[in-house]
Amino acid sequence: MNPFSYTRPEAVADALNDIGQQPNAKFIGGGTNLIDLMKVNVEHPTHLVDVNHLPLGDITELPDGGLRLGASVTNADTAWHPLVEERYPLLSKTILAGASPQLRNMATNGGNLFQRTRCYYFYDAQMSCNKRQPGSGCPAINGYNRIHAIVGMDKAECQNPNSKTACIATHPSDMCVALAALEAVVRVTGPNGDRSIPMADFHRLPDTDPQRDNTLEPGELVTSIDLPAKGFPKHFTYVKLRDRSSYAFALVSVAVGLEMDDNGTITEARIAMGGVAHKPWRKSEAEQLLIGKPATDETFRAAAESLLDGAVGFGHNTFKIELGKRAIVRALQEAIS
Amino acid sequence: MIGQPISRVDGPAKVTGKAKFAAEFNVPNLTYGVVVTSAIAKGRIVGIDDREALAQPGVRMVMTHKNRPKLARLDLNYKDQDAPAGSPFRPLQDDKIFYSTQPIALVVADTFEMARYAATLVKVAYHEEAHETDLQANLSEAHNPAAGPVNLFKPLPPKPRGNAQQAYMEADKRVSGEFVHQAEHHNPMEMFATTAVYEAPKRGEKPRLTIYDKTQGAPNSQLVVANGLNLPFKNVRVISPFIGGAFGSGLRPQYQLLLASMAALELKQSVRVSLTRDQMFTMGFRPATVQKIALGAQADGTLSSVYHQAIAETSHREDYTETVVNWSGELYKCDNVALDYQLVSLDVYSPQDMRAPGGVTGVSVLEVAMDEMAYEVGMDPLEFRIKNFTSWDQTHDRPYSSKEILACYREGAERFGWARRTPEPRSMRDGNVLVGWGMASGVWMADQIPARAEAVLGVNGKLRVSSATADIGTGTYTIMTQIAAETLGLPIDDVLFRLGDTDMPLAPIQGGSWTAATVGNAVRVVCEDLGKKLLKLAAQMPDSPFKKAKSTDVQFVDSHMRLVGDPSVAISLRDIVALNGGKAVRETSTSIPNMLKQSRYTRYTHSAIFAEVRVDPDLNVVTVSRLVGAVAAGRIINPKTARSQIIGGMVWGLSKALHEESVRDNNVGRFMNHNYAEYHIPVCKDTPDMDVIFVEEHDDVVNPMGIKGLGEIGQVGTPAAIANAIFHATGKRVHDLPITLDKLL
Ligand SMILES: Cc1cc2nc3c(=O)[nH]c(=O)nc-3n(C[C@H](O)[C@H](O)[C@H](O)COP(=O)(O)OP(=O)(O)OC[C@H]3O[C@@H](n4cnc5c(N)ncnc54)[C@H](O)[C@@H]3O)c2cc1C
Ligand code: SF4
Repeated sequence: MNPFSYTRPEAVADALNDIGQQPNAKFIGGGTNLIDLMKVNVEHPTHLVDVNHLPLGDITELPDGGLRLGASVTNADTAWHPLVEERYPLLSKTILAGASPQLRNMATNGGNLFQRTRCYYFYDAQMSCNKRQPGSGCPAINGYNRIHAIVGMDKAECQNPNSKTACIATHPSDMCVALAALEAVVRVTGPNGDRSIPMADFHRLPDTDPQRDNTLEPGELVTSIDLPAKGFPKHFTYVKLRDRSSYAFALVSVAVGLEMDDNGTITEARIAMGGVAHKPWRKSEAEQLLIGKPATDETFRAAAESLLDGAVGFGHNTFKIELGKRAIVRALQEAIS
Repeated sequence: MIGQPISRVDGPAKVTGKAKFAAEFNVPNLTYGVVVTSAIAKGRIVGIDDREALAQPGVRMVMTHKNRPKLARLDLNYKDQDAPAGSPFRPLQDDKIFYSTQPIALVVADTFEMARYAATLVKVAYHEEAHETDLQANLSEAHNPAAGPVNLFKPLPPKPRGNAQQAYMEADKRVSGEFVHQAEHHNPMEMFATTAVYEAPKRGEKPRLTIYDKTQGAPNSQLVVANGLNLPFKNVRVISPFIGGAFGSGLRPQYQLLLASMAALELKQSVRVSLTRDQMFTMGFRPATVQKIALGAQADGTLSSVYHQAIAETSHREDYTETVVNWSGELYKCDNVALDYQLVSLDVYSPQDMRAPGGVTGVSVLEVAMDEMAYEVGMDPLEFRIKNFTSWDQTHDRPYSSKEILACYREGAERFGWARRTPEPRSMRDGNVLVGWGMASGVWMADQIPARAEAVLGVNGKLRVSSATADIGTGTYTIMTQIAAETLGLPIDDVLFRLGDTDMPLAPIQGGSWTAATVGNAVRVVCEDLGKKLLKLAAQMPDSPFKKAKSTDVQFVDSHMRLVGDPSVAISLRDIVALNGGKAVRETSTSIPNMLKQSRYTRYTHSAIFAEVRVDPDLNVVTVSRLVGAVAAGRIINPKTARSQIIGGMVWGLSKALHEESVRDNNVGRFMNHNYAEYHIPVCKDTPDMDVIFVEEHDDVVNPMGIKGLGEIGQVGTPAAIANAIFHATGKRVHDLPITLDKLL
């Protein structure tokens, strides 16, 4: 871990100023990911700007019936917030499926969006890694890739053993999977003013620059995550499959929100997956396959096939293709009951 | 006192933070060392650029093979008590890289933070060579292991008996299979650390080191530091009062010990080196194995043939061995047995004993095969084992000193409700969930070896007993206190047992489940000897009623010595000490096993483990919902700490069955899941209610106190019991551990 300086601004403008002062400055929320990465010599910020004293620590109702989750509210406080529990139980359930109570007590909503992949090679600074050290190669593709992606990567690049851009990392967050299903919007502010980024556009696929996890620009600060009014409080679930029953990242996970009419026909559907791609994985085609259909296992399987259409395995993670489909079916079964 | 569920005497110190661990001993002017490890798996270091590191404020030294202090040359100087045949690794020996993550430099600075940062600035250039770390790809390179002194306690396979191959061909029923177990790392909570306190030499002498080390045997650490660094033994004192778990990883001195000691000598200043969690994967581990087993049986369920082969990995430096296959020729009656154990040398660190080394590895395979055979012959798995029970060890042609495994089967089955099991796989359900019941036998050694202890009765009537053993969390402090208190009739609070200091009488490393028996008997003997001294003192009183008493005529109860014939004739221990001219009464004794008697018997502990699993039929998520362990382990000194030992072992068995695996990427030759987030052990939610039964077992052969030790037996049968339960639930036999959900898809 390198030496660094630290400030704890109380105004957003000061935070933006602080972050702009040094090229290698970073925000810090709960520090549960950033500090780990600094300790293993992967991140080397020379300055840290603490966001916890900014006025971003509230959960407030929005005029359109939605909810605004402040960036520095902890994951625990978010999950247990009465309005979240009532209107967005999917989000509560999903957050509580992640990490451990201690981590959730520290982790912030803003930080959760930015947590980095758990790829073993990314975490080991002595290994090459296109994400950590662009152009150095991706040892995961022919190495140990149990927790890696099955969709969303550049397949041709992944077949090239010397590829300088290939990456099959996954985004590890649980929370973000629910946020994707709920079509949350990330609000940011920065040197060029405020903007809103829909969840679908917030994280990115590796493309030719896997070093970039998301579309945030340098110097930008996340201020809140806004949830639209529709929260699927009746028909929802989060299925998380992992190697032990707690304190493990998802091998595959599925967040589902459904609306159904009185005949049991699905009228609206959201399915997002974690553990399979560089970002929470959604496909409107798959969701469309459910609309107007009776809630049967055949319908569910068809949606599952569609969502994971074209999935590829790299050896250790190949099981995710079938497991992922079964998890989708299970999640839909749970959501309708 | 003995047999009572006394709470840990060291518990309050541990939970209040008073107990100090190796990295917590603070001394003035302490410096901090951080280890730099090799990025490649094999080759040579061709250059180390430490300029940037050295330029940082407060950095004292970057110690490498080039500037380290002089080390002894001979392998002999690095042979610790648990060293296998070969050439022990020593850090910074020369420019050669033997394995990925090998320690290659130590950066020492005034603060830990600066040392850690500077360590990232050391640039190393390598000449890389092709490495081999893949056991399965190199099975053809297997060789017979070289034996060393440690094989006295870890025997290599015996000669075959009968004709296993022919019997297999002639058997009515046959099962065979190949099993792959992955490597595992001990990963105790406390990471390895050494605080080496430097004391400048007196004129004409060598410097002294007082070393706080994480070790399962302070004398073992002393041995390697004194020999390796060419210091007189009296100049090296090793202290290790508390250990935050070790599981065998502390049976051999780890490399930070020599690094801290070398740096202290070089800098003439105290140095602490603590490893990181990641670096806990840069040392010994439970080796991966590929095992083959073939069983033959007659139609009536009589086992007629056993073939069991294990091929394990080791390093190029040492032939680390463990007893993997021998159990298969001992646990059951069988006239035709062939066992084979071989090693493949790879570019890895030497593997190392890890809780139930070899035992859990081999028995996990035997007991799954036994389950398969039970199905082949159409018998209940428990009945099949009972049918093949033997009280005669055919391998050594001698009886067991005791083997109450039938009682384990009976009592365990009853507690578990085994009789309600329906044999068909997939036949038991709870709603949609598949339920499976499985069981397995367990076996482990019950050794006793020589040890010394000292007992001192102070003028205040309190007893202090000490021995240079260790307590890795097993409860040694507690049970030794109990044994001493019982022997001299004192309340627990009047007895203080101390350990972990080379100034104390010698005891062996704490491993092999032998400490309770070994040190327990030493404590017993020294307290008895002290009692004799007290009798002598009392007899010298004017008009002493003890004048003619022999040691068998007195007993020690209620802090008094009393005549057995007339307990009202008594003198308090405090009054006896007063007779000693105001001086404490002390005694040092050695307990030596009765080897002649012991050698006529095979001395083992046994167990039966019963497991219930629940399996999601679509997603294959496995939950262990119940575990019952019935254990025959001789005399139980403390049912509370004993139960904790067995529970801990069973949890680890569960871990081995379902979770634990150090995953090696053979392309880069390194373990890749080197942290607690990715190296999975069970969380509370994964561990079910556990029931532990200790069956009655009397054994005066194992040692005078009849103690057998409990450190490993809980683990041995558990993985197979769970694997068998998974078969019963799903109809799928998974041979390779851990059984992760993808293997059931
Ligand atoms: C052992 C372990 C297990 C875990 N298991 C799970 C799990 O099962 N599921 C799961 O989802 N997560 C899991 N986590 C991850 C955890 O959820 C994240 O570490 C946490 O959400 C990160 O939040 P933080 O506030 O601590 O972020 P920090 O570590 O403080 O920051 C992370 C990143 O976000 C940036 N950042 C923080 N706030 C802002 C902001 N307002 N604007 C812009 N940038 C910002 C920082 O600069 C940094 O780069 C686990 C973590 C650990 C250590
Ligand atoms: S998968 Fe991505 S993060 Fe992992 S090693 Fe390859 S490039 Fe790096």
